[in-house]
Amino acid sequence: MSLTHKITFALNGKPVRADADVASSALELLRGAFELGGTKLACGEGECGACTIIVDGRSRNSCLMPAVDLEGREVLTVEGLWREDGIDPVQQAFVDEGAIQCGFCTPGMIMQTKYLLSRNPDLTAEEAERGLEGNVCRCTGYKKIIAAAIGAGTGARD
Amino acid sequence: MDKIIEKHSMIGKRVTKLDAPDKAVARTRYINDMVLPRMLYGKILRTDRVHARILSIDTSAAEALPGVQAVITAKDTPGGKIGVLRDNPPLKGDVVRCIRDEIAAVAAETEELCDEAIRLIKVEYEDLPTVFDCTSALANGAPIIHEDRPDNIAMEQNFEHGDMAEGEAQSDFVVEGAYNVHYVTHCNMGVSCTVADYDTDGRVTIYTQTQYPFNVKMDIAPSLGVHPGDVRIIQPPVGGAFGSKLDVYPYEPICVFLAKKTRRPVKLIYSREEEFIASPTRQPVEFKIRAGMKKDGTLTFRDCDSLLNNGGYTSWGATTPYVTMRTMTSHYTVPNVRYRARAVYTNNPFAGSFRGYGNVQATWALETHMDKMAEKIGMDPIAFRLKNANPPNQITPQGSNLGCIDLVGCIEQAAAKSDFLAKWHANNKAWAEPGRFKRGIGIATSLHNAGGAKIHKSDGCGTMLKMDDYARVTIITGGSEIGQGLDTVLAQLVAEELGVPMRDITIINNDSALRPWDVGVHASRTTYIAGNSAVRVARKARDQILRAAAAHTNMLPDMLDLRQGHVVQAETGLALMPLDRILRQMHFAGAEAELVMATDYYEPPSEPEDANHMGDMSAAYSHAAHVAEIVVDTRLGTIKVEKIWSAQDVGRVINPVGLEGQIEGGIAMGLGYGLSEELKIVEGKVLNPSFRDYHVMTAPEMPELDLTFIETGDAEGPAGAKGIAELPTIVIAPAIGNALYNATGVRIDHPPLTPEKVARAIAAHKGLLG
Ligand code: FES
Ligand code: FES
Repeated sequence: MSLTHKITFALNGKPVRADADVASSALELLRGAFELGGTKLACGEGECGACTIIVDGRSRNSCLMPAVDLEGREVLTVEGLWREDGIDPVQQAFVDEGAIQCGFCTPGMIMQTKYLLSRNPDLTAEEAERGLEGNVCRCTGYKKIIAAAIGAGTGARD
Repeated sequence: MDKIIEKHSMIGKRVTKLDAPDKAVARTRYINDMVLPRMLYGKILRTDRVHARILSIDTSAAEALPGVQAVITAKDTPGGKIGVLRDNPPLKGDVVRCIRDEIAAVAAETEELCDEAIRLIKVEYEDLPTVFDCTSALANGAPIIHEDRPDNIAMEQNFEHGDMAEGEAQSDFVVEGAYNVHYVTHCNMGVSCTVADYDTDGRVTIYTQTQYPFNVKMDIAPSLGVHPGDVRIIQPPVGGAFGSKLDVYPYEPICVFLAKKTRRPVKLIYSREEEFIASPTRQPVEFKIRAGMKKDGTLTFRDCDSLLNNGGYTSWGATTPYVTMRTMTSHYTVPNVRYRARAVYTNNPFAGSFRGYGNVQATWALETHMDKMAEKIGMDPIAFRLKNANPPNQITPQGSNLGCIDLVGCIEQAAAKSDFLAKWHANNKAWAEPGRFKRGIGIATSLHNAGGAKIHKSDGCGTMLKMDDYARVTIITGGSEIGQGLDTVLAQLVAEELGVPMRDITIINNDSALRPWDVGVHASRTTYIAGNSAVRVARKARDQILRAAAAHTNMLPDMLDLRQGHVVQAETGLALMPLDRILRQMHFAGAEAELVMATDYYEPPSEPEDANHMGDMSAAYSHAAHVAEIVVDTRLGTIKVEKIWSAQDVGRVINPVGLEGQIEGGIAMGLGYGLSEELKIVEGKVLNPSFRDYHVMTAPEMPELDLTFIETGDAEGPAGAKGIAELPTIVIAPAIGNALYNATGVRIDHPPLTPEKVARAIAAHKGLLG
């Protein structure tokens, strides 16, 4: 039998409760119980960034993070960026720059960009490239992603 | 109040992708995210041998595991085979031939349970003799991989044109070379996944990532033992495909078998490791080229012989010579050409199609060879290529009319913008100078089909259109969206014809029960062919509307135009009535009532290649030239690509955003091919099945890009456009190889140019120099 723990944490600004299997990852919990399909599984080994979420203000590969470690944390997923007053400037920048093709890397890219901008709203191209080094995109060649990351910096919300 | 509406063309405008907002906010549900009520998961047991006879398979413990709903082996299947030569049974019952072979499959309530059940299946084997390279597999007494092919040759293609002896006799110089190109894999961010669902009447719905929905019905049906008409294909959004889903692969029928057995929907999804091991690769090739020229650089003959490691089964990899042949016979003007390719069975994994098809491989070999030839007669790489470039409307040895091409323009633009010759000469002189870092510049060019490829009896695409009472347009297209941006191009083309905003156009592109036929996404054909069909269907709708509007306004249809949601007087732009009003008037006209609905099937004016490989198989052709400027660290062997100048004949720019995105992404993929990516396969086993060990390009590794679009205006293409998506991947790697030579005097004939390989080659070169 699998062992589960009851955990509580803040998910996209709302308090939530969950039964977290000790053997499962934060990614599995978010995609499974919470149906937050935007957090993508593309490798499960911490090598591609598709599963990036923001936990207590830091970006994390949710595929490597045990689900039980979400206890007491503030968790932001890509779904949390779209609010009643509109989509997030980072999301808008990805749309406007043409940074999205198949879009499978996009949520991870957006969350990592969001994290980078929270540290430094005036990213240079080089800083953006280095900050997104762990996020693989097979479609775009990154140029438009970098442009979006830099462009979103001016006037990013919160 | 007279309202004047000017004509605003959509063509050439920067337009963002229609599906981008949903993808940005994660409203898009990919196939990987799919869950159906009562859905089970499926998993495959693969062999750990590369060539062995299966003695027994014991599934009893797996079947006894609580929660396991089905365990199947070959004996549970109808026995039909898949693959280009129908040589691949989805589940192997007697012999395994390569490491990815499927032995059994399970369906259970969770993926974890599946894994547990898979571990409980016991297989006994008797190992068979193995063979891993083409030459050994062709030798007398080599292990036979398929009994019905005792020579191990899966496919062979031969072509000859002109008089090779005459070409040889006219040659002042002959250059020979050998080029071995390696295994790489697609690395789609969305791993392989399928969901199968049966109904009570034996019809099956397959949710799949396929790029060729209508042929898949035909190709999968025999393995399932069902009628192709009873297979419905639904294509949810996918995380990339790049050619990897152009064939049926065993996991798809296996998933259907599981659904059939359990009478429940089953989802089968790969792990990333499985994706590396059990996806088709790009076709590896061993090329030998002999080519001659006169003293003035005029090419006289070209002879190319190639061996393709076909692995254990035959997918599209074995057919890549059809594309390679076009490059070897027709890129640059060569009066006498011979080409031979043999795909040889081995115990390696097998190859499929991959963006650029056989042309990534061919262009590496040919463009490296062309640089060697130029050097041999002391010409610079630009002059030598310009001297031999095909002119527009050239008829190739295989009978293609190249039409409105501009290879000369591509070369001249890329060379001029990069200041190629000055840099190239300067770098050449600096070989012997001391210094750890060396600068190099190189060029390569390529020829590719840009208007589809008639490899089936039809290369067409169907489209249906309807408009509602609010002037909203629905386009039901045969064309498939795999992330490349088809929907956006279609909406743009239709908006142009109907004068409606793009947001009022809905594209339906994912259900074979709704859509008219199309070949699929390959051969850079979709914008061209689905685009043309969409333009034609929109024009039919437009004609219908203008006829009705003419009757209402007492004008002639050709005096009217549709602009910004209005019927206007064409000459003055005077708005006559809103579009939705005329649509309603047409609809609610009593006995005269009509709805705006139109259909179209577009068949491009190309012809299938005949048995002798003759035929104008594409409706358009195109070129690209890439110049790469690099800095080589001669001690560590690392190559930093500083800048790439790309000049590509795109026909006409429809949407610069999409075009740039395709070219930039294509270049990144080509850079990976040339510099870092290699699926290491030793004795049939994949040694590096992870992103950690298989190095795709990352953001900091991307060079500066300078893109030039050359607009030749294809007379047949939609708004003059040509297909563009494969060329950028095809042409970049040899430009870097040629730049390495320009920097260091060291040639590496076999990609990728990894630091280790480059450092060794430089060290060896220095050793040779003493
Ligand atoms: S899925 Fe987590 S890093 Fe790839
Ligand atoms: S857009 Fe397809 S992987 Fe990035």
